[in-house]
Amino acid sequence: MQTTKTNYAKIFFVLLITISLFSVAVWSSYYFNTKKMDQLKAIEDKISLDLLSSETQFSLLQELSCKDISTTILSSELNSLADKISYSENNIGINNASVINLKKSYSLLEIKDFLLMKKVTERCGQKSIFVLYFYNNDVCDDCVKQGYVLTSLREKYPNLRVYSFDYNLDLSAIKTMISIYKVPSQVPALVINGKVYSGFQSVEDIEKTFPQLQSIKKNDLPKKDDSISSFVKKVVSPDLKTKSESSVSGSNTTTPAN
Amino acid sequence: MDYFYVIVFYSLAFCSVYVQVFFLVTFFEKRRSIVKHPDILELTRYPEITIVIPCYNEEKTVSKTVESLCNLDYPKDKLSIFLIDDGSTDGTWDIFKKFENIPGISIFKKENGGKHTCLNLALEKTNSEFFGCLDSDSLVHPQALKRIVNMFNNDENAMAIVPSILVLNPKNILQSAQKAEYEMAIYIKKMLGFMGGIHVTPGPLSIFRKKVFDDLGPYRKAHNTEDQEIALRMQEHGYKIDHCPDSYVYTITPDSFIKLYKQRLRWVYGFIKNMIDYRRLIFRKKYGTVAFFTIPSGLISIISVLFIFSTLLYNVYQFIYNKIIQVGVVGFSNSYSFKFDWFFFDTKTIFFFSIILYVLLLSAMIIGRKMVNEKRALSINVLYFIVIYSIIAPFWLFRAIFNSIISKESSWTLERLSLKK
Repeated sequence: MQTTKTNYAKIFFVLLITISLFSVAVWSSYYFNTKKMDQLKAIEDKISLDLLSSETQFSLLQELSCKDISTTILSSELNSLADKISYSENNIGINNASVINLKKSYSLLEIKDFLLMKKVTERCGQKSIFVLYFYNNDVCDDCVKQGYVLTSLREKYPNLRVYSFDYNLDLSAIKTMISIYKVPSQVPALVINGKVYSGFQSVEDIEKTFPQLQSIKKNDLPKKDDSISSFVKKVVSPDLKTKSESSVSGSNTTTPAN
Repeated sequence: MDYFYVIVFYSLAFCSVYVQVFFLVTFFEKRRSIVKHPDILELTRYPEITIVIPCYNEEKTVSKTVESLCNLDYPKDKLSIFLIDDGSTDGTWDIFKKFENIPGISIFKKENGGKHTCLNLALEKTNSEFFGCLDSDSLVHPQALKRIVNMFNNDENAMAIVPSILVLNPKNILQSAQKAEYEMAIYIKKMLGFMGGIHVTPGPLSIFRKKVFDDLGPYRKAHNTEDQEIALRMQEHGYKIDHCPDSYVYTITPDSFIKLYKQRLRWVYGFIKNMIDYRRLIFRKKYGTVAFFTIPSGLISIISVLFIFSTLLYNVYQFIYNKIIQVGVVGFSNSYSFKFDWFFFDTKTIFFFSIILYVLLLSAMIIGRKMVNEKRALSINVLYFIVIYSIIAPFWLFRAIFNSIISKESSWTLERLSLKK
């Protein structure tokens, strides 16, 4: 007959090793996620600076001619930030405080960009169309569909400026926008050039409602050299030149986190 | 739902890591006790042994199996070989007749009744001190039996000793994958042996003291996994089962997915049903390692594989569902461009845990290979094993659970037929 003595010391020792390995996995995840959050914060700071620079340029240019101003250069930083925030929501956690804060800052940057670009287009008679897109992170199949539609439209019409906002994000600026435009709580909801559209809007719906989209098609893109930055380079004081390349945040966005 | 998923995942992951670490700690604790026999071994005592080869339609392989037994380095007058034809419908009996006149070999023919009936017939006919079985698709290393008997001679508490099973001439990727699996199993079996927790005495050359059957009764059908049932019965009665790492048996493994599927379906089905039959053992202190370690870890591994596979299926479903929606609303888009950015590298805890689990799995395979004297620490077979088993193992696990619920047995006889095709 076999007699096996229970080796409690070994059981405890193995438990200790397992807990250590567990801790290493949790710590590694925490370490890299914090690094990612830092990276996102750095991107946001950079965009914020760029936006401030754009606003300053705009103020400087107000007295000047608009003929060389264009806002078609996409801000890849803001786009990639949207992708990364969306990814972080899925992978780090939708309720993670850092992710929520980054998303709030991102939304504020969007609003600032929206206001600036609206002013630029109004003043200079640009043909841009602005879309404010409201979604939520709950189960919302139509939001997923709307996201695809807007991404597709943006690829087709680079002058279509899409700004997406989480309807439920606890941010007073978003709440103010919701109340200004009277955005209904039933998402997806779109505000296109000031008019509110509730429920899913297909590519065809939007194209039909806004025939002027055709006039801002991809192949109508002005040459890169016609941008504000080149204008600044040519006209405005040489001191601004160093910042000018990145300062043209003619931003649009992807539609994060559906 | 999310919290439920997270709790289940971490519990399973924690248990899986715990089991693997336990094996590893046992290995470092006992590695000097792993028996390594010399090439030429002389025993102090050569007890009488009966080895049974149960056959059902094995005309193609049985000759080689018998010849390998005849070539065992063991006194011929101490070794009886019983060839039992379990109602074969092919030329197995004719092959048997060729061996009829060789001293030490006895042949029997009976109606088809399953493997356990062949073994029980042999148990009735023998009085030797030791008893063993050799599946007819396996070949033994000439020193295998001597090494096992040496372990019996040195440990009077050992009531059964199981060999190290290796894959015979792997010819395709599937068999190479099984080679990696079998090598790892040698390490695990040895560690379970040290811990007193072996739960299966496999068909190829497990040797028992006949006293086991005199005391505990003959083999049972046990859902066509009599080798698991007898081991559990022994554990229940405190009979020690050990493992002889350098007692090699080479077995023909399934060479197609469907054959492997059938074999594993039988094994897992048998495991589940035997676990149900022997549930009285689980977490009962008097049954030791089997109760607290072997059975729970077996169940955890089944649940883990099914859990991971379900998660994977769900993710694939989500991806396809989203793609369908995307195509539905905007048509096919070819504007997708891939740009590498380390930001999108997975840093979830699950990812780091998977790395730890894979490192432990690789360690198990490396130690297994070391135990069978493979020159290189790792081979491509490890990759085959991980990829192939990740994809197909969930299918036989799901089916085995389903069959357990509806009590649909897998047939040993039908499996033998399909293996011969």
